[in-house]
Amino acid sequence: MLNQIRAITLMNLFNLPSRAGSSSVIVVGIAGVVAVLVGLLSMGAGFSAALESTAKADRAIIMRDGTTSELNGAMSAGDRATVRAMEGVELGSGELYVVAAIVKKGTDISSNVVVRGVEAESFDIRPEVKVVVGRRFETGRAEILVGVKAAAQFAGLEVGASLPVRDQIWQVVGHFEANGTAYESEIWADLANVQSAYRRGGTSSTMRVKMRSPEAIAALNLRLKDDPRFDLIARSEVEHYASQAKQRADLINNFGMVVGVIMAIGAVFAALNTMYCAVGARTVEIATLRALGFGGLPVVVSVMIEAIVLAFIGGVLGGLLVWLAFDGYTASTLNNASFSQVAFDFAVTPELLKLGLTWALTLGLIGGLFPAIRAVRIPITTALRGE
Amino acid sequence: MVAAVACEKVEKQYTKGKEIVEVLAGIDLSIEHGEFLALMGPSGSGKTTLLNLIGGLDQPSAGSIFVSGKNLTEMKAKALAKWRSENVGFVFQFYNLLPVLTAQRNVELPLLLTNLSRKQRQKNAATALEIVGLQDRAKHKPSELSGGQQQRVAIARAIVADPSLLVCDEPTGDLDRETADQILGLLQTLNKDHGKTIIMVTHDPRAADRAEHILYMDKGKLVSGSGVAV
Repeated sequence: MLNQIRAITLMNLFNLPSRAGSSSVIVVGIAGVVAVLVGLLSMGAGFSAALESTAKADRAIIMRDGTTSELNGAMSAGDRATVRAMEGVELGSGELYVVAAIVKKGTDISSNVVVRGVEAESFDIRPEVKVVVGRRFETGRAEILVGVKAAAQFAGLEVGASLPVRDQIWQVVGHFEANGTAYESEIWADLANVQSAYRRGGTSSTMRVKMRSPEAIAALNLRLKDDPRFDLIARSEVEHYASQAKQRADLINNFGMVVGVIMAIGAVFAALNTMYCAVGARTVEIATLRALGFGGLPVVVSVMIEAIVLAFIGGVLGGLLVWLAFDGYTASTLNNASFSQVAFDFAVTPELLKLGLTWALTLGLIGGLFPAIRAVRIPITTALRGE
Repeated sequence: MVAAVACEKVEKQYTKGKEIVEVLAGIDLSIEHGEFLALMGPSGSGKTTLLNLIGGLDQPSAGSIFVSGKNLTEMKAKALAKWRSENVGFVFQFYNLLPVLTAQRNVELPLLLTNLSRKQRQKNAATALEIVGLQDRAKHKPSELSGGQQQRVAIARAIVADPSLLVCDEPTGDLDRETADQILGLLQTLNKDHGKTIIMVTHDPRAADRAEHILYMDKGKLVSGSGVAV
């Protein structure tokens, strides 16, 4: 049986060059499906990665109970001082989370950029934030530090530039990186300055804390809930960013799947058509083999192997194309939770490439199955006449 | 002794739309071992259909076909395929060689259905090519061979598994006179020297003359001839 499958499969594969044109329909069709599917999903993966990588297990956000976004929170200076002194809290920083409309580079359109008012401890809580150009802002001065992705996407954020915000003029004094996390899409400034510009008095949106251990977050949350003085919760960063990422990533992924499925249907028909033609062109050859005593199963298997080989080539090609074109490509989208732009890198991950190949092989399997069955269902005597 | 081929009241009908087309109408025929029989008749007389039934490529609508005592009509498709691979060699009008394979590999094809080692397969294929006089063309692909040479390769493929029966459907129909004579000579050698039973469908009276017996068919019936129509 294996000898038969091998012989017929090799015959089919050696025949491919003479059918390069028609065979390329499968390859190109499936490459297109995989490229679009993986491309769209890599956008979702990149967006999720940008937000989720922002999180650290031992860090938590203290926010008003019932709020899901930093944008909506409100926390007094007194509350922050009390929380800072609680057991398990190593470091704490009040943070005011607001947005500023800034023109995107190369357009006339303004988009929201997160402006995060922070205290000095914020930099200790987030050691991943590193100034790469210029310097940090000084407390009490109208200076800002801009994330590298925000600087790349928005106009007028070069070091030394002046940014009018509300009734103040802020000076850009540096750019920072943060391991590719969502912070790189933000502008950071002194908490007091941002409170002043946005008329927030001493209120912050949230408080960011670094705990002595990840487990201490749950204990802190319990304590906050049990204390009648507060209407606050402690939420781990992991949980917070995962929920922020989910909504937009789900939207992108669902869109990717819908487009992928529509394209896949087209590709299946292309594959079916090609394989029907391929089998049709070899009707007499297949019939001759069957006349010689070759079984139907080896014929079915060999036709399917051919379709799968072509689909695999298409899948690899599509994956390679999207990897070369998009992996690491920076784009930005609206974070629904904060109504601000989050820049992220497309992430063509090994998992997505595997998914793309799985789709390709499935399409090949479907595209090869029916022509293969047809090839062995035609009576030998009819097929020998080439009908 | 059991006949090489025995047909008993063999009928074959096809359904074409709502119409039933009768192709063979009660054929009775007996062919002895080592016979070389030519089947002649006008187009549509049922020659190829009868040849296909004897070769186990198709099943009759009614009646029985025995080859060396084996009742083909009782066999399922899988068993029939195995039986064909062991007992019948096919020679087609247009050779039906696989274009991507060399002559040697084409001849080896039926041996892939056996348990022979690769080395033994190659040896047997080389012997078959030698019998048909094409040992020096073993590495050539069909497109590099003349029509006559291709038909010789097809004959080598038909005999490589040493079947007792060769069924030849217009084996010289695509060849010029001289090449056809060579092919017919080769078939005669296989019949006389190697004891193969040969049934050959042909339109060509000169080709038929090379057979020991000739049977004529018309409208699905054996009408006359020098064969043993029973």
